[in-house]
Amino acid sequence: MEALLFNVDSGFLEGTVRGYKGGILSQSHYANLTQCETLEDFRTQLSATDYGNFLANEPLPISTATIADKATQILVDQFKYLRNNAVEPLSKFLDYITYGYMIDNVILLITGTLHERDTHELIERCHPLGIFETMPALCVASNVEELYQSVLVETPLAPYFRDCLSASDLDDLNIEIVRNTVYKAYLEDFHSYCTSLGGPTAEVMHRILSFEADRRTVNITINSFNTELTKEQRAKLFPSIGRLFPEGNNQLAKADEVDQVRQVCEGVSEYRVFFSDAPSSTANSGGGDEASSAVSQLEDRFFHMEVHLNKQAFLQQFQYGVFYAYMKLKEQEIRNLTWIAECIAQDARDRIQDFIPIF
Amino acid sequence: MAGTGSRENVFATRMALTNTKLRLKGAQTGHSLLAKKRDALTTRFRSILKKVDEAKRKMGRVMQLASLSMAEVTYATGDISYLVQEQAKSASFKVKSKQENVSGVVLPAFEVERVPGSDFNLTGLGRGGQQVLKAKEVYAKAIETLVELASLQTAFTILDEVIRATNRRVNAIEHVVIPKLDNTIKYIMSELDEMDREEFFRLKKVQGKKKRGNAVENPVAPEDTEQPTAFDDEQQGSTDLLSSKDDDVIF
Repeated sequence: MEALLFNVDSGFLEGTVRGYKGGILSQSHYANLTQCETLEDFRTQLSATDYGNFLANEPLPISTATIADKATQILVDQFKYLRNNAVEPLSKFLDYITYGYMIDNVILLITGTLHERDTHELIERCHPLGIFETMPALCVASNVEELYQSVLVETPLAPYFRDCLSASDLDDLNIEIVRNTVYKAYLEDFHSYCTSLGGPTAEVMHRILSFEADRRTVNITINSFNTELTKEQRAKLFPSIGRLFPEGNNQLAKADEVDQVRQVCEGVSEYRVFFSDAPSSTANSGGGDEASSAVSQLEDRFFHMEVHLNKQAFLQQFQYGVFYAYMKLKEQEIRNLTWIAECIAQDARDRIQDFIPIF
Repeated sequence: MAGTGSRENVFATRMALTNTKLRLKGAQTGHSLLAKKRDALTTRFRSILKKVDEAKRKMGRVMQLASLSMAEVTYATGDISYLVQEQAKSASFKVKSKQENVSGVVLPAFEVERVPGSDFNLTGLGRGGQQVLKAKEVYAKAIETLVELASLQTAFTILDEVIRATNRRVNAIEHVVIPKLDNTIKYIMSELDEMDREEFFRLKKVQGKKKRGNAVENPVAPEDTEQPTAFDDEQQGSTDLLSSKDDDVIF
């Protein structure tokens, strides 16, 4: 059914995004990039790809931060083009994508306000995708109470803040808890919105968002070991979607060590690989170091999984998941570029292959 | 002999000679003491130099690791610098300074004191927390190396300065003070000798004069030819002179 009418509104944009997807760096590009001796070679190699001359006007020496900034700028420009041409309900879907970045930006402003810094200079540090028109208005707020009110009035994030937090919470709670609480609300809302869209969009987005939620749950669990975060607080931060929900989440909320997390993940076949070499390390008596290395590899495996799911989103036509997937893949690509550039700059050849190729 | 080289401006007296001799002795003792100090400092200096070299190489490695771990954090979470800066409330890494005494030179030594716990241990809660923790550990180690290097480097500079000063002093004593005192002593000795000779000559003259006077007054006594010659006198010393003088007085 959606195949019948999809192209009326969104066919052009889907075509565009699939075209953009063709510009994502391939394995052979990466092979060339990792051979570079200097960042200048790196730039030359990149100019042969879809990135073109995006670094042409940069003064030497190029810093890795500049590369990341410029690459992000390209992504932002592409996104803005898509957003400007989109109509309901795709436009709303694209807005939802920006909310994630918006949360980060608002959290940044809250941090600044809490510590009574001049928040105007923080605008530059904000992620360009998460900047909204009324954001400068947030900078006017001089205390947390005012900021809270303006967030409610000025931003699309109002429902998340309203439902989860009160103004006094911003003062008392650790800023990371605030961020994760809001992000949890955002994920749930995004998920319900995608479900309301129905059809293949819901199907594809359900997979991606479930994974995103599970990833956050597992991460929060592992990262909150040995911190002052109580188990009740931890449980509140878990999104109520995802494949681990609800029993997995309940168990994770009570978990005390990595082994328990592993057992929970065993329940989902796709997640088993995340801890695949953890058993051998815990079997050893001196497995402390290896267990922590397994945990640090976890992040990489999550990224792999994310890339895999996002790639799958492109296999289905007539749905909005491709837009989200493209953004995420492109973000991963920027991370890869930054990583390779960083390795070149620091002459760490042995780690240069640690990025995650996309195609 | 006395005119060569510089000497102190003293009157050539026995008193001054004794004083100068004492001072020469003092200078020699000081010289040997300073030389010992210099050797001790140089030994220390060499060992510190070795350690500085090691520490610098280590720092190179550690800093590389540290910046790579920072890159990992950026890879996993993005830019967290502002959040971390703002949430840091108290120092978790403190440097204490204490003093060490190496042969009279006070060297500052820095010590690391780590305060357990941290203000931003929830950073990267959603993602990348492990990387943040790792980066924190690696950087703490890097700073430890830096602190170690700093105390070595400070000791290095201070020791260098002190060794130079000591060297200058040793050389000054060896090449200026001691020769000068030597010269002074020689000068005084020669002056004293000269005075002795003058005195002796004067006495000879007086004796001769008196003899002539005696010959004019009572020419009977010319058989007293047993007067000592100048040659004899010099051999026998001043006792003869005195005795002859006494004779004169009695006479």
